[in-house]
Amino acid sequence: MTATQTPPARAPRRGLPSMTVLGPILALLVLLAIGMFLNENFLSHANITNVLARSAFIGIIAVGMTFVITAGGLDLSVGSMAAFIAGLMILVMNAALPALGIGVPIILLGMATAVAAGLAAGFLNGILITSLGIEAFIVTLGSMGIYRSLVTWLADGGTLSLDFGLRTFYRPVYYDGILGIGWPIIVFAVVVILGEIAMRSAVFGRHCAAIGSNDQVARYSSINVNRVRLMTYVFLGLLVGVATIMYVPRLGSASASTGLLWELEAIAAVIIGGTVLKGGFGRVWGTVIGVLILSLIGNILNLTDLVSPYLNGAIQGAIIILAVILQREGRAGG
Amino acid sequence: MKHLMTGLALGALLAATPALAQDTKVIGVSIPAATHGWAGGMNYFAQEAVERLEATYENLDFVLATASDPAKQVSDIEDMLATRNIDALVVLPFESEPLTGPVQGVAESGAWVTVVDRGLSQEGIEDLYVAGDNPGFGRVSGEYMASKLPDGGKIVVLRGIPTTIDNERVEGFQAATEGTGIEILAMEHGNWNRDDSFTVMQDFLSKYPEIDAVWASDDDMAIGVLAAIEASGREDIQFVLGGAGMKEMVKRTMDGDAMIPANVTYPPSMIATAIEITAVGLVSNAPVSGEFIIGSVLVTPENAGQYYFPDSPF
Repeated sequence: MTATQTPPARAPRRGLPSMTVLGPILALLVLLAIGMFLNENFLSHANITNVLARSAFIGIIAVGMTFVITAGGLDLSVGSMAAFIAGLMILVMNAALPALGIGVPIILLGMATAVAAGLAAGFLNGILITSLGIEAFIVTLGSMGIYRSLVTWLADGGTLSLDFGLRTFYRPVYYDGILGIGWPIIVFAVVVILGEIAMRSAVFGRHCAAIGSNDQVARYSSINVNRVRLMTYVFLGLLVGVATIMYVPRLGSASASTGLLWELEAIAAVIIGGTVLKGGFGRVWGTVIGVLILSLIGNILNLTDLVSPYLNGAIQGAIIILAVILQREGRAGG
Repeated sequence: MKHLMTGLALGALLAATPALAQDTKVIGVSIPAATHGWAGGMNYFAQEAVERLEATYENLDFVLATASDPAKQVSDIEDMLATRNIDALVVLPFESEPLTGPVQGVAESGAWVTVVDRGLSQEGIEDLYVAGDNPGFGRVSGEYMASKLPDGGKIVVLRGIPTTIDNERVEGFQAATEGTGIEILAMEHGNWNRDDSFTVMQDFLSKYPEIDAVWASDDDMAIGVLAAIEASGREDIQFVLGGAGMKEMVKRTMDGDAMIPANVTYPPSMIATAIEITAVGLVSNAPVSGEFIIGSVLVTPENAGQYYFPDSPF
């Protein structure tokens, strides 16, 4: 039965790629064309590097978010979590400065703190959602408020700044790289490649999709649903930690306004890229395109004077909705 | 015996209460929570003023509430009036519109009202208005920019969160630089945020091959701008003018950093001025009603020491 039904269902996909695949790519190409047309510096090495490097934070987080959403979950706490981890990292590094001095060990200590805090924060979210069975929306809405308050409290309402000498030493992690490609871009690329492999070829990705489309069926297929869900949140927490490691050397500070609205940008990027918000289907490379689209809109609006800056948000919103409409029409037609 | 004791205690309490109410006056202070650097400094100075005044005046009692949104601030003020029966209210409104009604209610109850920084949307409610000078902030910044670039020059401007405050500052700046040969290449909102201003400045640097100076209009934004310039390796930008007097930036001006030759104050400590004057009005017969506008002062390496507060979080 199944064997005879499968080929006709797959046949159209082998012809032309459907709009769900083409939509985000087309949107990105259109944006690139507009950018090139409006400003000759748009394709300069410096501008491209800037855009890619600033996309890296949201991008690294959005890769983790792709798995969470694919498995039918959601995480609203990532922006606050990044701010909290950044604050914690700065405090730990400043506190260890007299003992360790400026050097590689203290940077490694800071990185270990970020990774450990990210794993712990992700685990906490995940365990509350899976073991206690509370809605992901509610748990992460709560933890979003908690982390945001904690960083404000740690900073005493002001700004936490990394010791100046330490910052100078740590700075190359954001600004330098290999062969003119910055470290944030390299780390982002590695995370994307690993994520793409995990989503497409590993058992983990298939389990996420199965749970997202129907967790009952997944359970009967002997998938450990709670464990896989928990893993998606832990994985996301880890990536928030990694993103923070790249973020702190940029300005060397954290405050209550760090990472504001990152969660919504990450979720928007995931959805623009073609992952289904209800879960069941995820696409890591699509998420990358979504992140680039969002960054490019801001970049192009800054490079031109076409639109009043008051309307930046409106244009971003319109493009997000357009990108998703394009995909829906493609789905209805194909 | 037991009844007699209770009766006596009750009698003593009844006798004591009116006397206490006559002597002790309660001042309510309602301010926004520390959501960004400037507000953090304002919270610090409010707490410090309350502690100092409570120690100075035995017959003054303070209630300090910080609110994370306008609705919470309205509830705070209603609670102060209902449960603490405040004699005076010092309020820095989160937003003008939603706070106008509740503050008017306080004024109608007969309590003294001091409004700080952001005016209410209806005039004549407050007894005392203490505020910074936003058009003046823009004007002082513009005049400094003009004096520093006597032969004219190309500058870019980072604006704050779109608000009346930001509009008044930018208008003051534009008026002061008009006809001086200073060309404003572009203005973009950096939202008083380091990350946003970093991004905007990177894009300005890609867009304009030559920039002489930057009006960052705020010290948080100046930090983002400086990081972007440093990363680009560009040498054409002579200096960055921030504002509001963040301690780290005032320190750099004090130490003679050529990139940050000056600052323009918009002191978060204005909340302390408001609390002090209100307290004086309650305990003495000195008249304190009216308006108190705190000027924006130019901070240069020569006078920076006066504006450097190492203990403040801002």
